[in-house]
Amino acid sequence: MSNHAGHAEPAHNDEGFIKTYLWSTDHKVIAMQYLFTGMLMAIIGGFTVYVFRMQVAFPGEAVPLFGRVSAGQYNSLVTMHGTIMIFWVAMPVLLAAFGNFLIPLMLGCDDMVFPKVNRLSYQIFLLSAVVLVASFAVQGGAFGGAWTAYPPLSASGEYNLTPYGATLWVVAVALEFVAFLLGGVNFVTTAMNSRAPGMRMFDVPIIVWMIVIASILFMASVGPLIAGAVMLLFDQLLGTGFYDPATGGDPILWQHLFWFFGHPEVYVVMLPAVGIVAEVIAVFSRKKLFGYRTIVYTALATGVISFFVWAHHQFIAGIDPRMASLFSVTTLIISVPIAEMIFVYIATLYGGSITLATPMLWALAFVAEFLIGGVTGIFLGAAGADIYLHDTFFVLAHFHYTFFPIAIISAFAGITFWFPKMFGRMMDERLGKIHFWGTIIAFNVIFIPLFITGVAGDHRRIFDYSGFPDLATPELQYLRIIATVGLLVLLAFQPVFFFNFVRSLVRGAIASPNPWRSNTLEWAAPSPPPHGNFAELPEVYRGPYEYSTEGREEDFWPQHIPGSAPGAGQ
Amino acid sequence: MTVLTPHTRADAPHHDQTNYVAIWGVLCALLGISIVGPMFGVRLLTLVTAFGIAIVKAYIVCAYFMHLKIEKKWVAYILGFMLALMLVFFGGTAPDVLERDGQQWRKTYVEPATLGGER
Amino acid sequence: MTSRPIATTRSVMGVPTGRLAVWWVLASEIVLFGGLLGSYVMLRLRHDAWADQSANTSTWAGGFNTLVLLTSSLLAVLAHQAAERGDGQKAARLLRYTILGGGVFLMVKALEWTHEIQAGFTITSNLFWSFYYMVAGLHAAHVVAGMVMMFIVSLTAARNEELHRVENVGIYWHFVDVVWIFLFPLLYIAK
Repeated sequence: MSNHAGHAEPAHNDEGFIKTYLWSTDHKVIAMQYLFTGMLMAIIGGFTVYVFRMQVAFPGEAVPLFGRVSAGQYNSLVTMHGTIMIFWVAMPVLLAAFGNFLIPLMLGCDDMVFPKVNRLSYQIFLLSAVVLVASFAVQGGAFGGAWTAYPPLSASGEYNLTPYGATLWVVAVALEFVAFLLGGVNFVTTAMNSRAPGMRMFDVPIIVWMIVIASILFMASVGPLIAGAVMLLFDQLLGTGFYDPATGGDPILWQHLFWFFGHPEVYVVMLPAVGIVAEVIAVFSRKKLFGYRTIVYTALATGVISFFVWAHHQFIAGIDPRMASLFSVTTLIISVPIAEMIFVYIATLYGGSITLATPMLWALAFVAEFLIGGVTGIFLGAAGADIYLHDTFFVLAHFHYTFFPIAIISAFAGITFWFPKMFGRMMDERLGKIHFWGTIIAFNVIFIPLFITGVAGDHRRIFDYSGFPDLATPELQYLRIIATVGLLVLLAFQPVFFFNFVRSLVRGAIASPNPWRSNTLEWAAPSPPPHGNFAELPEVYRGPYEYSTEGREEDFWPQHIPGSAPGAGQ
Repeated sequence: MTVLTPHTRADAPHHDQTNYVAIWGVLCALLGISIVGPMFGVRLLTLVTAFGIAIVKAYIVCAYFMHLKIEKKWVAYILGFMLALMLVFFGGTAPDVLERDGQQWRKTYVEPATLGGER
Repeated sequence: MTSRPIATTRSVMGVPTGRLAVWWVLASEIVLFGGLLGSYVMLRLRHDAWADQSANTSTWAGGFNTLVLLTSSLLAVLAHQAAERGDGQKAARLLRYTILGGGVFLMVKALEWTHEIQAGFTITSNLFWSFYYMVAGLHAAHVVAGMVMMFIVSLTAARNEELHRVENVGIYWHFVDVVWIFLFPLLYIAK
């Protein structure tokens, strides 16, 4: 069987722009398509939050670049913010972009096992993004029933005031699910079957494990929601009453269908993020990843347990209180494996030879911020405390302390880390650090006040607090303004990243194949890898984390270099 | 050019000798029983013949037509895991959705009377 | 001959890549139909009056359709047997008969539904019927998808190429059959 796959020629200029960049089946190109689409959607998602936070901080004032925000528009903005950030930013960037780019490279392959299906999955994803963005322009505007789309609000245009937006939302989400199901099958099959010769299961880099487990989690959890979405669509369009008590339906059914998926979904995005952090921490501590197998088993355990916790989102929805007790217990249990992962990362850092390059700063920030998110989740997992805290800004601050590290911090860690491999150039370290500190400090300035306002009683999704006498106090408004100012600072620092990104693409220092001196196989390919990735497909001789191995002169030992005893070979 | 991926299943002979028509015959017989079962009007019998036989038929199709019986074991485990998840979904949702009445809410839906009069 | 990546030819887990992918597709379909059928069962148990609605489904049509799908599954596995023996022409022919079976299924369904709609049992007349049409409709969509895929596979199989796809598309078709095996008692027998 041939191991020669590389066509060493550069970007196929003879194939034309369309075939090379828009119609390609090359996993790296598809990864970039997902990455750039995700980044574009992040700008839209960021714009929505800018507008509605300005409304909360300065109610009734015209928001620059938008105008005055009506109550209906506010609802649309918060709905679209949540929807976009989870489904059109976190998932495409963390799962689809990094998964597509890294899996074949890290496994020593020339591409995914089904390149055409891969291309199709991006095209369906792009269609879903177009449908979603188009919903802003229809009569009534984008869907305003919250990203959780509970009926009867989501089923009836009379209630949600965005009938067309509501249907487009369901269609867009359904298309996105199909795209990720197709992609997931590709990822899992490739990872299971196409590993390089010599690469045993436990020689696979952690991030590949994480992306694969995440894909399986997604595949196993999304079915009921697709069923539910079809039912919701029929309720919206055909007048059926799946969720309507008047016909014998049950709105709680939607909640269960939604959250049965919704909870595993957060781990679908968390696991790749945690995987990125693992890779970066190992490389920049020059130390073997502590507890590789523990991490894998923990990720599997988290995945399994994640199917048993979903109704903690429904504690006060009127569910059976005995079930609430059960879900409380399982929710508190799931914090254990995740905490274990954090401990394992800290153990990796301990005694390591740490370099605080930009990717490492992001990785460390992930650990610190996610920790805060995790411990605040414990309050919410206890059903009793949740009776008070549900639907307050405490919940919102909790999940932003988890989601922001996941969708933003780890994404920046990954982009700054793999930029040299993806584009063949180095990013500017100084700009990277400026961007990092501006983002991280501002992030905390946004959400710490929101913990406080949440405990004080601030409900979520409120357009204007002046109708709530207990909440319309100057002290609380002051905190809301601080949070919004934090957001403005955060947004103001993002152009630094984009400037760095674009300038490095064009004028960055040329990158060597392995500038970070890492072990995993993607660094054995040229930067950027050509079509086919490797001139000769590599074979693997050891695990991915042999850093600072005793007896070796070099503090790293790439997987593809032959030799079983340290000191042999380079 | 035949691009036939070699089967790595040790059991299957190179030429598959299974009598699929016989298996189909068994499936049809089971189908017949499941249709006849309800005609007796005994509720338990109906349920056993309808759903019990469905499970048996599904098993037969999966084991022999899909060749799950001679497939690598972990494939069946993956599929079984998905089925188990459905039980988890049912278990977690049924306490709410199966309930006709509740203590904390006022029911406005009027259940139509059953013509059969049975439970 | 399509340029296939070397990755696609590897088989570390011992299951050919195409078949492995079909198993994963099935895995995700199990939870789709499982969620749907689970929801139906919960609401069916809650509403005894649905028994009066479901009494109006035709057990004979449902039973006949079950027979049709079982037979088409037989044809699909016989196609696989032929493909195993390298007889692409026979496999393609059997696949086309399977497609025909799917077509018969859909025709019976169409007649059934026409009859029921004319009798006044529309998708909005009762929540039972909403489920009935939606679940059977989603199943029918999978039948159509299967028919299309089998047609495409039969084209290459007839040329004795890509014969492994006969088995893979067959596995999908058997799954469609298994879903119906459960739909039949749920919608037609459990009255």
